[in-house]
Amino acid sequence: MSTAADDWPARVFAALKTGGISQVAYVPDAGHARLIELARADAAVRDIVLTTEEEGVALAAGAWLGGARACLLLQSSGVGNCINMLTLMQNGRFPLLMLVTMRGEEGEFNHWQVPMSQATAPALRLMDVDVARADTPEEAADLVAASLARAFGEERAAAVLFSQRLIGAKRW
Amino acid sequence: MLDRRAVVKTLLARRGDLLVVCGLGSPTWDVAAAGDDPRNLYLWGAMGGAAMIGLGLALARPERRVLVVTGDGEMLMGMGALATIAVQRPANLAIVVLDNGAFGETGMQESHTARVTDLAAVAKGCGIPLALDIADEAGLARLEPLVRGANETLFARVRVEAKDYPRVMPEKDGAAIKARFKRALGL
Repeated sequence: MSTAADDWPARVFAALKTGGISQVAYVPDAGHARLIELARADAAVRDIVLTTEEEGVALAAGAWLGGARACLLLQSSGVGNCINMLTLMQNGRFPLLMLVTMRGEEGEFNHWQVPMSQATAPALRLMDVDVARADTPEEAADLVAASLARAFGEERAAAVLFSQRLIGAKRW
Repeated sequence: MLDRRAVVKTLLARRGDLLVVCGLGSPTWDVAAAGDDPRNLYLWGAMGGAAMIGLGLALARPERRVLVVTGDGEMLMGMGALATIAVQRPANLAIVVLDNGAFGETGMQESHTARVTDLAAVAKGCGIPLALDIADEAGLARLEPLVRGANETLFARVRVEAKDYPRVMPEKDGAAIKARFKRALGL
């Protein structure tokens, strides 16, 4: 479990900046709250609030077309909304970096989150998205940096899952 | 009612350095019919994504003008994008929806716009103030310079005939289309 003293999302944000991310798209999410706040506070980063996650997949393709790098922040439930749009990455070899906060794991109160949580990694792999998983605050930023380098270097899609143990269960 | 091929031809006749994203199906054939260009991103899939690809591109290249040409069916599938775009409001983005009130690629079944939905009103309601409803030549003449030079985000619903045209098929390989587009931008 992360603590207030360990600002690992700030290290993740630093990795995004180092990797040249200039557009951060997101659907509002408690697990990504700190990262969203950092993106919004940074004048060199465009923060783009979405109505549904698949918009962010298409946005990332457009950004790359224009020579910019986008990152999509979403919850595991949102991965389900992205599936057909991910064919853009396969058909057009567009890069995509997805940072996914996991619901439906340890400490989940709302069992409606469980089915998509269970399907998240397999569904991403079915759509040819590389999947890494961060369980500790120490490894999160390194995994993001590595996935970012691969996504934009190879022009393919990569996701880093932030486990519920890492982000903390939602308090009801 | 306008002829979609003539509309697209008019909008692209003096395109200058305009970058074009085409929604799958008829808009892709319409843009190809107006003349192939490396600065056209032809979509053959990813339904509902055209406007958002346009947004990502417009934000990435604020010095260039971006035109999204799509159809009513494709826009309906990704209608939330209009709210997302309204929040960003890039001045260099124009979205033109060729509205024939039908799903052309699947057999001309009636779409929502032929029945009750007004896409210009949707765009306005989402927060895009410059949302036009174009139905005739005079409207098209007003739209053409705005596509190239409006100083705010532009949305236009253009009413076109529900008619089948011969397919004009451009390059189909998505990676090749993308690579060619990026080369044309010097990337």
